[in-house]
Amino acid sequence: MKEEIIIAGFGGQGVLSMGKILAYAALMEGKEVTWMPAYGPEQRGGTANVTVIVSSDPISSPILSTYDTAIILNQPSLEKFEPKVKPGGTLIYDGYGINNPPTRTDINVYEINAMDAAAEMNLIKTFNMIVLGGLLHIHPIVGIESVLKALRKTLPERHHKLIPQNEEAIRKGMEIIKIKNS
Amino acid sequence: MTEQEVTLMKGNEAIAHAAIRCGCDGYFGYPITPQSEVLETLTELKPWETTGMVVVQAESELAAINMVYGGSGTGKKCMTSSSSPGVSLMQEGISYMAGAELPSLIINVMRGGPGLGTIQPSQADYFQATKGGGHGDYRLIVLAPDCVQEMADFVDLAFTLAFKYRNPAMILADGAIGQMMEKVVLPPFKPRRTEEEIEAECPWAAMGRKSGRGSNVITSLELRSEEMEQINLRLQAKYAEIEANEVRYEEYMCEDADYLICAFGSAARIAKKVIENARAEGIKVGLLRPITLWPFPSKPIQKLSKQVKGILSLEINAGQMIEDIRLAVNGKVPVEHFGRLGGIIPDPDEVVDALKQKLIK
Repeated sequence: MKEEIIIAGFGGQGVLSMGKILAYAALMEGKEVTWMPAYGPEQRGGTANVTVIVSSDPISSPILSTYDTAIILNQPSLEKFEPKVKPGGTLIYDGYGINNPPTRTDINVYEINAMDAAAEMNLIKTFNMIVLGGLLHIHPIVGIESVLKALRKTLPERHHKLIPQNEEAIRKGMEIIKIKNS
Repeated sequence: MTEQEVTLMKGNEAIAHAAIRCGCDGYFGYPITPQSEVLETLTELKPWETTGMVVVQAESELAAINMVYGGSGTGKKCMTSSSSPGVSLMQEGISYMAGAELPSLIINVMRGGPGLGTIQPSQADYFQATKGGGHGDYRLIVLAPDCVQEMADFVDLAFTLAFKYRNPAMILADGAIGQMMEKVVLPPFKPRRTEEEIEAECPWAAMGRKSGRGSNVITSLELRSEEMEQINLRLQAKYAEIEANEVRYEEYMCEDADYLICAFGSAARIAKKVIENARAEGIKVGLLRPITLWPFPSKPIQKLSKQVKGILSLEINAGQMIEDIRLAVNGKVPVEHFGRLGGIIPDPDEVVDALKQKLIK
């Protein structure tokens, strides 16, 4: 198996850490992974994206022209990456902040209202885990157990008490993701 | 962390872990994007509390490289890391270390230039690393890692070669390899050498004069031209020995290749994807990846030039390594270049297009 993913949005939305947790979880399942951030003068509100590749075989380029799956969390990222999803691929977007939704009909488009859900749950900071839950519902690239293990590994111990909230967020994401075209 | 644990980390972090594990005595550096994680990770790991390794944030790159000079002069394993503009500042010290024959490690995690340029990845310091940069007839041993595992593995290799030949060595990486996270198995712990071990390995080191021998003087100065010529000839003989013994490279899918891509570091990773895509279209392409940029793998490239119809030098610069490839093939086959500049990394599709346009036509 091989899954080439781009996660893109604003700085501060947890784009890089969502990619990192996915990569860690895949590592724990014995897979090959690369996590390649588009690093820049980092700031809250600036654009941020990360390419995550998960594969059962060694990975060649960490930098890609097209992707199997795009996770899009703001309008500029949608404009940039919608054309780069492979035909038959997947695009997941958060409805919040997207004024012009995706238009392609040769890919599978899913909407996840993660921002609204995070606000309702009063767990704004778990926004990215809701999105990750949505992804894993569509493409079970890694098991939820591995994600929880990855959280234990990447979060400092003083934050481990937040892991149940993150689990709740992932399960919420699995519930609320919905297909927009088919 | 257990010795054989598989973990996920950035290339820059891997360098810091590997430095401690290979028994490095001192790191001297000054922060600069995209390599600041080297110094950050070292200060987080606090090796001075465990192995006794010294970590100093110097007041400038000039200070850092001269601290390396001083430490290396006592036979200690000393290193620094920086990114392009910072490495430019270090050139004087590097030339002096080459002249004084001091084993040391310099790491350049390249970013786009010239000048302050950009913080995004680039490979535009190939000339600086392999052809001098500092003044005088000298060479650095230059290793080019293409993955996080090699970032870790090459630290010990670079020190080993540096001490074997009493010569500074460089790891030439770029922002992509430094910032990327990948799976890595960290090398096992080696203890730092004892004073006695250093004295035995480095009889030239300035460790305080013992009775029964003259002073060990570390210098690159010799005002008598006849003597200075002899020193230069000795250096040249050493460089010839390194060229004969230490060439390292990887060949990938070259057996049946009609075309060859030459690329190092992160460009070589992109090249492997280009090869997958091109072969899916029926174009047989192979890769030769120089692992040592100096000494350059001229002979294997020359050999492959008899088999292929053309060579593409894929570099994240305006065309630097292409000069060494052209020297190696000596006009036998067309050698073309493709690259992006200013911190942009070429994507695999545009390289496939360039390959077709420039070589297949």
